[in-house]
Amino acid sequence: MTNIARFEEELKHFDWSIARHELGYKEGQPLNIGWYCTDRICQTGRAKKLAMIWENHAGEVRRFTFDDMRVLTNTFAAHLRGLGVQPGDRVCVFMDRVPELYIGFLAVLKLGAIVQPLFSAFGDESLLTRLESSGAKVVLTQHKHGLKVRKIRDQLPALETSVIIDAGDRKLADGEVGFDLDNAPKVNDFESYPTTPETPSVLHYTSGTTGQPKGALHVHNSVFSQYLTASWVLDLQESDVYWCTADPGWVTGTSYGIIGPWANGTTQAILDAGFSADRWYGFIAKHKITVWYSAPTAIRLLMKEGEEAPKRHELSSLRHLASVGEPLNAEAVIWSQKVLGLPFHDTFWQTETGSIVITNMPGLPIKPGSMGKPFPGIVATVVDPKTFEPFDHPGAVGLIALRPGWPSMFRQYWNKPEIYASKFVNGWYLSGDRASIDADGYYWFVGRDDDVINTGGHLVGPFEIESALLEHPAVAESAAIGMPDPVNMEVPKAFIALKQGYEPNDDLELEIMNFCRKHLSPLAMPQAIEFVTSLPKNRSGKIMRRVLHAKEWGEEVGDISTLEDE
Amino acid sequence: MDEMKQVVLEYVRREYLEEDDDREVEVDTPLISGGIVDSFSMVSLKRFLEKKYGIQIPDADASPEAFDTVESIVVLVQRFGGK
Repeated sequence: MTNIARFEEELKHFDWSIARHELGYKEGQPLNIGWYCTDRICQTGRAKKLAMIWENHAGEVRRFTFDDMRVLTNTFAAHLRGLGVQPGDRVCVFMDRVPELYIGFLAVLKLGAIVQPLFSAFGDESLLTRLESSGAKVVLTQHKHGLKVRKIRDQLPALETSVIIDAGDRKLADGEVGFDLDNAPKVNDFESYPTTPETPSVLHYTSGTTGQPKGALHVHNSVFSQYLTASWVLDLQESDVYWCTADPGWVTGTSYGIIGPWANGTTQAILDAGFSADRWYGFIAKHKITVWYSAPTAIRLLMKEGEEAPKRHELSSLRHLASVGEPLNAEAVIWSQKVLGLPFHDTFWQTETGSIVITNMPGLPIKPGSMGKPFPGIVATVVDPKTFEPFDHPGAVGLIALRPGWPSMFRQYWNKPEIYASKFVNGWYLSGDRASIDADGYYWFVGRDDDVINTGGHLVGPFEIESALLEHPAVAESAAIGMPDPVNMEVPKAFIALKQGYEPNDDLELEIMNFCRKHLSPLAMPQAIEFVTSLPKNRSGKIMRRVLHAKEWGEEVGDISTLEDE
Repeated sequence: MDEMKQVVLEYVRREYLEEDDDREVEVDTPLISGGIVDSFSMVSLKRFLEKKYGIQIPDADASPEAFDTVESIVVLVQRFGGK
């Protein structure tokens, strides 16, 4: 029986107190995610249960029980306290998917500090923007990524220390300290900081159309949403081995790759290796994965490899599949049903929502291609983009809007209260995504309401790409948009006008692509560049990305009355 | 072939490692599965190979497996006429 089916009666009177009750939380008590994901599991008789099965690209496997996680997070937290980390300080975690990332993340929370996870493939420019904004005091990283921090640390006055977890006997620079968690004296007893439900916990950066990325600030209260959605939507049960393929540099990798599953006491399998269909299927077979949470891009890559590849592996352990990051096309749902014998359940949420809000839950009939229905306790609708009032008829396309109040909703954009305030109209949180609702109450995704590029489930801001491009000596001006891509849904494309003296050619194109990749990230690298003599602008000189976007996608350009005359 | 391996190896070291990165990358080092080159970066690596060797590699053949080591990349380039 699925977890949610047991709650059929309670659903009629849903209240988030279900999560509080299950987690044994009483009003007025401290609430610390780090403690709930480790110590509490040990206290409920599961100390010897496996928390993490970790495997790297070379096939090396390490196993950690919940008691190991408790002691190791204590040890890491004590070390950070020794470095002067105080409650409320921002500590950035900038690593590949090594065990120290997961342990460090929870250790920061145990200290009452705010953890800022960043994608380890970020280049120095992306890193600088986000560390400058957060004012991080400490960065936890690996030697290879610490080199990027080293390059920019002069520009980060708040940054005191880089903790290098694999320093070995390498020479460290000023402000760097080595910390070898495996060989550090273990700390058995550590009192987690008595954070309250409203104490800040996680700071995830997310991209928008204009300006630099914003830090969506979450609080410890989020654990209630993450716990319950992991239990009901992902259906995590005591005997499951669960694999979330998302990197903790992004919100899925923390909400459902750390907090949700471990608050449930679930055994997680983690693969620290790049994508390969054979490797992924082999990983499922080897560790007998039962619940798998992945992304449409990965599913489409698996589809590309054909139907024979999964047959080479024993995949019968799988019992529940879910997907997130971008709309899951109907073909992918049908493919997985045919090839894996199970459908992928699409889930919808955002960095700002902190947990799944619209979803295909177990027991709910799937309409392939639909996002599903709102999770219990989530009041959602689609509003008219002009009046911000909910539509009263099915099929109308508008903005997905959510009534604030669920536990994991973000509490602020870091140091940007005016942008935070602009997200709320008529008492609704406006998600920036467009959808329609059918007569049965199912949501159907249509697209973004802004210029943000969703590539492989990751949001990339066009402004960030354009800013980086302008730093290249050959670029006079540029515009970045998303262009269609069969695997990643869309990928960045740049339109570039060159400075005098530069001629478009293949060498320059490749040089600019690599320039962007190194400064920002591989995700933000334009996968196509079109050299143009000028860009479409309105009469006040603003580049009209939507004109380029419409041409690229073969859509109507719409009103161009404000377009500047050539 | 050895010369081609050397050219690709140098390119990977130059473009995908930080200046002081002391990781050893050889012709049989896993690039994609080893996390040195990610699947998004394959596009610029493919572009480099096409330009350098005057070939076209169809997207369907540009799989993570085919790009996983310098050795497999060289096999791919030669399959499409690169010399």
